Amino acid sequence: MITAMTFIIALYIFMLAAFTGYEVISRVPSILHTPLMSGSNFVHGIVVVGALTALFNASSVLEQVVGFLGVMMGAGNVVGGYVVTDRMLAMFKPSDKAAPQKGAQK
Amino acid sequence: MILLEYIVAISALIASGLLVYGLKRMSSPVTAVSGIVTAGWGMLFVTAASFLGIFSVSEAAKPHLVVNVILAILGLVIGGGWAGWKGRSVAMTAMPQMVALFNGMGGGAAAAVSVIALTGPKETGIVPLLVTVAGGLIGSMSLSGSIIAWAKLDGRMNKPIRFGGQRIINAAVFMLTVLLGIMAAFLYHQDGGGIATLLFFIGALLAGICMTVPIGGADMPVVISLYNAFTGLAVGLEGYVMADPALMIAGMVVGSAGTLLTVMMAKGMNRSISNVLFSNFGEASAS
Repeated sequence: MITAMTFIIALYIFMLAAFTGYEVISRVPSILHTPLMSGSNFVHGIVVVGALTALFNASSVLEQVVGFLGVMMGAGNVVGGYVVTDRMLAMFKPSDKAAPQKGAQK
Repeated sequence: MILLEYIVAISALIASGLLVYGLKRMSSPVTAVSGIVTAGWGMLFVTAASFLGIFSVSEAAKPHLVVNVILAILGLVIGGGWAGWKGRSVAMTAMPQMVALFNGMGGGAAAAVSVIALTGPKETGIVPLLVTVAGGLIGSMSLSGSIIAWAKLDGRMNKPIRFGGQRIINAAVFMLTVLLGIMAAFLYHQDGGGIATLLFFIGALLAGICMTVPIGGADMPVVISLYNAFTGLAVGLEGYVMADPALMIAGMVVGSAGTLLTVMMAKGMNRSISNVLFSNFGEASAS
């Protein structure tokens, strides 16, 4: 199923995605470092999809147990990552007039 | 059935686009708040679409499908519910260790996918198996390393553990684990592959612990950022094994963005990454 050509295509995808990640981050101000770390932590939570697919195709008890643990941890990564990032970024709300003054006092 | 596969694939394509666009919006203070919402919709979309996969499972898994779907929903509710409650309720000052914990869970999920790929009965060539091993190694190290980072930031492990010759022992553990991983990949079709696989995952978890215990608490944000990049890379590699381009793209984007972020954070502390990771090694013998 996975031939030599798909392996080469995979390498191309990896290369382009790596450049994309670099470009997305390259001009970020330092105050956003921590929220962005949390945000990218949320994005790799997409692993839950891989764990779900693996669990749906499980045919032994071992696969079911490991797949269940994988889905549980992946879901934790997604939901936890979202909630934490949302809370961090709530401090950057631009519409709120009180927010910049608070930031200046720091 | 073909139509269904197209629907799942196109959903994953749209979702990975939304995730990268959301990350881009998060990198500017003005648009940051809407960025996480954009990425959130992408994630919801791709997770919902992955449930269409229950109509195209392999023949061997068909008798277990009902149990598997119940387990999946239970896993999503328990894992997501716990993380959501925990993430909402902890104090704002405890955020960094929560990021570490959730990142470790992502690494663990990638490792779990790798375990299933290495123990399952599917016929695969040596290249995907080696990629599986690489993803499993990085994911497991990210899991155990992140848990140590969480324990340090949470005040559960206050002193860095250092002793003479630590650097050599750590290198030995890592090399042995890599060797076991290669063995597990090559013995996949033979007897004894199971034991090599088990030892490999134990070694990988141990390597993550060994790497993190000598690093002081003040350096932990940089270390967490590095493990974040690790998890991204592991997810990307497992995405190749699962033949899922959305995982490959989202994982690899985080892998490179996380690496750059780690470099920038270390630079902010006037340190290099190798300085953060290795400078304290063997200090006990000197003092």
